[in-house]
Amino acid sequence: MLLYFAKRLSASALILVGVTIVTFCLTFLIPADPVAMIAGRNSTPEMREQIRIQLGLDKPLIQQYAAYAQRLAQGDFGISYARKSEVGPLIASRLPATLLLMLGAIIAELLIGIPAGLYAAARRGRTGDKVAMTLSFLTVSTPQFVLGLSLLYFFSYLLGWFPLSGYGSLSHLILPAVTLGLAGGGWYSRMMRSSMIEILRQDYIRTARAKGMSERRVMLVHGLRNAILPIIAMIGLDVGIFMSGVVVVENVFGWPGIGQLMWQAIQSLDIPIIMGITTVAALFIVAGNLLADLVAPLIDPRIRLR
Amino acid sequence: MMDTKPALLSVRGLSIGFATEEGPIRVVEDVSFAVAAGETMGLVGESGCGKSVTAQTIMRLLPSPPSRIEAGSITFDGQDLAQADEPAMRKIRGDKIAMIFQEPMTSLNPTMTIGEQIGEALLLHRGLKARDAKPKVLDMLIQVGIGRPEKRYAQYPHELSGGLRQRVMIAMALICGPKLLIADEPTTALDVTIQAQILELMKALQRESQIATLLITHDLGVVEEMCDHVVVMYAGRIAEKAAAKELFAHARHPYTAGLLAAAPRNAKRGQTLVTIPGTVPPPGKRGQGCSFAERCVRALPRCRQDVPPLTGDSHLAACWNPVP
Repeated sequence: MLLYFAKRLSASALILVGVTIVTFCLTFLIPADPVAMIAGRNSTPEMREQIRIQLGLDKPLIQQYAAYAQRLAQGDFGISYARKSEVGPLIASRLPATLLLMLGAIIAELLIGIPAGLYAAARRGRTGDKVAMTLSFLTVSTPQFVLGLSLLYFFSYLLGWFPLSGYGSLSHLILPAVTLGLAGGGWYSRMMRSSMIEILRQDYIRTARAKGMSERRVMLVHGLRNAILPIIAMIGLDVGIFMSGVVVVENVFGWPGIGQLMWQAIQSLDIPIIMGITTVAALFIVAGNLLADLVAPLIDPRIRLR
Repeated sequence: MMDTKPALLSVRGLSIGFATEEGPIRVVEDVSFAVAAGETMGLVGESGCGKSVTAQTIMRLLPSPPSRIEAGSITFDGQDLAQADEPAMRKIRGDKIAMIFQEPMTSLNPTMTIGEQIGEALLLHRGLKARDAKPKVLDMLIQVGIGRPEKRYAQYPHELSGGLRQRVMIAMALICGPKLLIADEPTTALDVTIQAQILELMKALQRESQIATLLITHDLGVVEEMCDHVVVMYAGRIAEKAAAKELFAHARHPYTAGLLAAAPRNAKRGQTLVTIPGTVPPPGKRGQGCSFAERCVRALPRCRQDVPPLTGDSHLAACWNPVP
């Protein structure tokens, strides 16, 4: 168990180093000059040269990366070009809002996906199954800004049940979390359905039926514990999927998280912020996967961590 | 007919069909037999002869559609299970009729403890709480010869050997004290030494409880060891039906005779093992006449035209030209 943990952690560290290299290189491939963005339109070539030296952009790439990595290791994400403030604290101040949104989204997608998938599996091949799967297809394929804006229009503007935008209470959280959760819930319902149908073919399900159990009990007691494993693994991956989702959803709903920060940073080519958020996102994805792997043996005793 | 004891289970003229993409097919045709309390009935045949379908239909475990009882009755304890609805069947399954399956490896839920799985039927049928069911489960574990029951109770199936798992299956089947036990190839997946132990255990438990057993197997050795009466099935029909001793002493149907001759222990050293040429025709490809005619050494022209009826007093065979 400890050995497993150590192995996974070192692998995760390698992945993170890879991510920093890729993000570092990508920002230099962007066909725009951050110096020009910082200096403004009326700057002289001398002013720009000074800023270039100040940022260390005149040095070779390898040196720039080494300096970046060294600072990163000390928790220093650099200084935002546009905001002139430290990126680390900036991300830290935005992170709680995003984590709250993600938690809400995970709860929403599980509440939507698992019951819908179980229902479809129980009615497999019949009308209820087809309706559920058509709906899941719709939620999966609708762009999130369309979904978000539609929810806003109906539930906030027309019905007035939820605030139009902002942050601070449960009612602020529900619509953005449901927007993220509907797409995820669509995926989950499909996974849950196919996983449960597969499990219902197993011999031990026949054994359970032979005990005189109702089909409902067979599914919930004997089926669910076995069928839920792929879902758990999926939650780990979801953290990564949400990282891109929050950029859209936070902007639609005016949610002050790192997604909104990312959006603003991309618009102003604020490279330190883009790099910082990408690194933090990678950290979350790696942590999410690790967590999912650690939870699996609690549900299926046959899984041993090695 | 075959015995004087009142039958606990009486299957009469049972025909089972399956809906397929090519249309409905008959899988089991006009099968009748009876089992009395304390008795063991063997249901014998090759793969695909309809023995497992018959067994699962008694429990009404086959999904319908595609399966359908097309004719006949299944009288158990005065109730016709062929007409029973799902709620009524649920009360009977696991309580009055229990079933043991072939694969103890895959027939136990990998994510639940042994104790939980055995006690479950008590929770369902006796309304017990898990806490009150536990002492009964521990008792049952001892009865089926599992040592250190406290430890086993909390273990998961993957921590047990195949023989232990089959003992767990038996404990699970017997926990509510059923009147009828249906054992579908209970020893096929086990090592030979373990097979003998499991059969011994089943016999001992039966002596104590007077439970009626329907034993489904393709192994004639198991039948000789365990059964009072035997039904030999071929291609969905009964080929021969007799008291076990009678059948082993003098098989009348050429198929049964072939099976007995093909058993390796009847072979002589240095001789090639006897086989029955060909395979069981699949349902839907069973032409007119006797399904066994194509493989039969005693086949007459008539065998390919008319289906032979099951005839005889206590030793019945469906054959136009039985072994004399």
